[in-house]
Amino acid sequence: MSKVEEFVDIVVVGAGHAGCEAALACARMGMETVMFTVSVDSIALMPCNPNIGGSSKGHLVREIDALGGEMGKNIDRTFIQSKMLNQSKGPAVHSLRAQADKSDYSRSMRMVLERTEHLSIRQMEVTELIVEHGVLTGVRTYSGAIYHCKAAILCTGTYLKARCIYGDVSVHTGPNGLQAANYLTDSLKENGVKMYRFKTGTPARIAKKSIDFSKMEEQKGDVRIVPFSFTTDPESIQKEQVSCWLTYTNEETHKIIRENLDRSPLYSGMIEGTGPRYCPSIEDKVVRFADKNRHQVFIEPEGIHTDEMYIGGMSSSLPEDVQIAMYRSVPGLEHAQIVRNAYAIEYDCIDARNLALSLEFKKISGLFSAGQFNGSSGYEEAAAQGLIAGINAARKVQGKEPLILDRSEAYIGVLIDDLVTKENREPYRMMTSRAEYRLLLRQDNADLRLTKKGYEVGLISEEWYQKLLKKEQEIEAETKRVEATHIGANAKVQACLAKHGSTSLKTSASLAELIRRPELSYEALAEIDEERPHLPADVCEEVNINIKYAGYLERQMKQVEQFRKMERKKIPADLDYEAVPSLRTEARQKLSQYRPESIGQASRLAGVSPADVSVLLVYLASTGHRGENEQNER
Amino acid sequence: MEQDTIAAISTAVSNSGIGIIRISGKDAVAVADRVYRSKNGKKHLSDQPTHTIHYGYIVDGGETVDEVLVMLMRGPKSFTAEDTVEVNCHGGVYAMKRVLDAVLKNGARPAEPGEFTKRAFLNGRIDLSQAESVMDVIQAKNEYALKSSLQQLKGAVRTTVEELRSRILYQTAFIESALDDPEHISLDGYPKRLAEEVGQLQEKLSELIASSENGRILKEGIRTVILGKPNAGKSSLLNALVGEERAIVTDIAGTTRDALEETIAFQGITLNLIDTAGIRETEDVVEKIGVGRAIEKAEEADLILCVFDAARPLDENDREILKVIGGKQAILLLNKTDLAAALSEEELRAMTGGSYPIVQISAKEQTGLSVLTEQIRALFYQGEISVQDELYITNARQKRALQDAAEGLQRVQESILLGMPEDFYSIDLLAAYEALGTITGETVGEDLVNEIFSRFCMGK
Repeated sequence: MSKVEEFVDIVVVGAGHAGCEAALACARMGMETVMFTVSVDSIALMPCNPNIGGSSKGHLVREIDALGGEMGKNIDRTFIQSKMLNQSKGPAVHSLRAQADKSDYSRSMRMVLERTEHLSIRQMEVTELIVEHGVLTGVRTYSGAIYHCKAAILCTGTYLKARCIYGDVSVHTGPNGLQAANYLTDSLKENGVKMYRFKTGTPARIAKKSIDFSKMEEQKGDVRIVPFSFTTDPESIQKEQVSCWLTYTNEETHKIIRENLDRSPLYSGMIEGTGPRYCPSIEDKVVRFADKNRHQVFIEPEGIHTDEMYIGGMSSSLPEDVQIAMYRSVPGLEHAQIVRNAYAIEYDCIDARNLALSLEFKKISGLFSAGQFNGSSGYEEAAAQGLIAGINAARKVQGKEPLILDRSEAYIGVLIDDLVTKENREPYRMMTSRAEYRLLLRQDNADLRLTKKGYEVGLISEEWYQKLLKKEQEIEAETKRVEATHIGANAKVQACLAKHGSTSLKTSASLAELIRRPELSYEALAEIDEERPHLPADVCEEVNINIKYAGYLERQMKQVEQFRKMERKKIPADLDYEAVPSLRTEARQKLSQYRPESIGQASRLAGVSPADVSVLLVYLASTGHRGENEQNER
Repeated sequence: MEQDTIAAISTAVSNSGIGIIRISGKDAVAVADRVYRSKNGKKHLSDQPTHTIHYGYIVDGGETVDEVLVMLMRGPKSFTAEDTVEVNCHGGVYAMKRVLDAVLKNGARPAEPGEFTKRAFLNGRIDLSQAESVMDVIQAKNEYALKSSLQQLKGAVRTTVEELRSRILYQTAFIESALDDPEHISLDGYPKRLAEEVGQLQEKLSELIASSENGRILKEGIRTVILGKPNAGKSSLLNALVGEERAIVTDIAGTTRDALEETIAFQGITLNLIDTAGIRETEDVVEKIGVGRAIEKAEEADLILCVFDAARPLDENDREILKVIGGKQAILLLNKTDLAAALSEEELRAMTGGSYPIVQISAKEQTGLSVLTEQIRALFYQGEISVQDELYITNARQKRALQDAAEGLQRVQESILLGMPEDFYSIDLLAAYEALGTITGETVGEDLVNEIFSRFCMGK
């Protein structure tokens, strides 16, 4: 019997948020790409919360967009409520979050994929990697077909050996009852990849008509909607929004949970995987924060084409009867009808320290991976990795250097560096506190930081790139003008200052000095700034931030300079650490095991001390890498 | 290679009088100019040719600190191949510290352990064949620096540093959790509370800084413990040492520990005697304080002086002591050599397998003391790796770290006053946390993320 045999450039395994970005990036970069999924109907599925973005995740979406990815555009097409979080705080932590219509989101992404040149979609489980002498050459499917390829990207999400659990019920499926992928793990193990087991969970979905919203607080979207994508015209997305609702658990809820803890698979030991601390199940919250007498519960619509409501804050793996009692103890949910039970899900993933910063396996050339498979969590984290893995797989086929963003360039850089450098014992979530240079990594300037790179790899159109250059020039010119413009202490100026509760001027001052006053801004001074040119809102925003926070920004830029010096000092991939004298034993082990790519990355490895780093520097210099490092400067 | 400017005391620290402060880096000459005054007050080092020596004074805030000779060496013809200034001080240990302080206040930072050597190497001044020994020096000096930093920080100061760190971390985690999850955690009214908390932290920190300026936290010298069974002659040895040449330099009721410490300088060597109070009052460490205590003291010491009574045969106590010093830097003193011998040097050597130098002394007659000092010199000043200079610089580094932390907290206060948004506070809080961590040798790592998750109930 003859089998199907195909030849493509790149194979993408999985069609979740990582897989979609990876496949689109490859195809758009001209690669003949095939994307495998166990179910075409579940492309870009949102199996957990019905929103995109949020603190620091919103930054990731902006960065994906700035590089030429799809997530931002897709949520702009399909959102049903939008909010800019942290608006009362500094610009670095403003973060956009939108409620999605889940089915629209999925459909819309599928349409984009289907209409993309060089991209084909195939419903089929990939069961085996074909690796010859450490080089990936193809994959085999469940049907026995062979797809020869130059690179493959694994984006298997939570599907590998997946198991869903609540109470004593355990089913071997992926999320939403979808078919799990049970063979690829073995193939990976055969190729020397050690697999780990992570766990996550989701709350119940409840029928809208069974909920009493009069007992809850309404949560509306912003009056003025800000789009995710830099390419979306804000005017085009101002629309009617749906509300979310806020209610609380109470002592009764907690009592029900406590009395049934012994029936939780987490506490009985039935679940072995490691769950995330930032996304605790309700039983976890009740146990770990026993002094809190209530927890917030957000009721969020799953879309406008369905009445299912997502019960945010109450994920659980308790038995069905306990779930019903527990949800019904919450005000407004007294008569709740559960549509889908809450459950925990366990799945196989890897220790991402197997990967280089390009997201390619260090020991299997041509094999890349992204998303939950790498030990992360979240749609946005997955999409960000998918995009980078896609770009780098394509660049590998093109014979080009990988695109690597460092920690000072993007949240994506922080995300990937953390994943491939640090020990990760739970699904990794992006957090703003992980970004040490976050004043520079704002959601408002993601395009200024990254669009040039997106253009260079071929994901940003010429037209869009020209727009960016113009924006850059306008910001620079206007910032200079504002710094150089002095205004006198005349009556009109004093009146304007008084209006904003700002002390009057004694002598003349520069516009910049005034903008730095906490109660003033670039916007507030429009009426006394007579030569101000008419500029787009996004340019004004950048000028305001550049001037208002100049001192802080400069300080971070200095730190970044120091940081980059160390990142630029590359370590040869084949360095024999046994030959480096004076390293402490622990450092020697960690360095040879994880093979950092630069001195900077080495310094972030647990178990490597500053002295070890110095020793390494001296060793590299002594073996003739002294001058070579400087060539790697960008 | 463009590098920032570093400084340290580059000779082994002793009370002999002359010492060198080395400044290296692109601003070395400018930094030196800020503290140097020639006799007529008109000379600027920056105008002087390279490889010249200049007479003058080091001044700190208008006050003359020391009379010095300054050597000017522009790169690449210097030890590090960078612009280098070496200040030759004459006024003893105290003046050296003052000169170093002045230099650090004027734009240099304390050198990291082994940093001069590292720079010399990286700048091509040291032969490639010596790479290995350069790496050894760096590693050894680092280990020593960390060890001495931790040891100097025992007791109350360390507790304070750790308390400050944990309080700072808590506040940072609170802010960060509110940023990550604004719908769960509110910052309403928080800046005012934070200002109060930071105010308290600042007070504690200023106390620490003040005590570090008085030299009360950190002590220099070879940390020395005297061990010996009752009546072996520990007190007489102490008196003999104290009585020699210069007397007690400092006598401080410990801020760092509950016991009393003494710094003794004699024949150009500075000994920092640990727990001499214990020795004086009880007359016996091993029996009365217990072996456990002796082991603890021995752990802290750079040097153990073991006193044996030559007039009595070896007994259980002596063997106990020999166990305690196992593997440590120790000198065995055979005391009471003026009396009839019941214990010989040969016997003692046989007991210890010759692993320690043995010196015959008579504390009472004050004989053998110069041989002892020679032995100490041999151990600490002529070894391939002289780590003694690390002591001073450790002190300077710790002080700088405290100042950095204070600066961070000050910036938090300023940001609060200016009405800056809350996310700006945590940046400076974290900087303070990190600075304090360098004192105890801890990095930030995942501390913040762990604190957020363990203290605050986050997420959906």
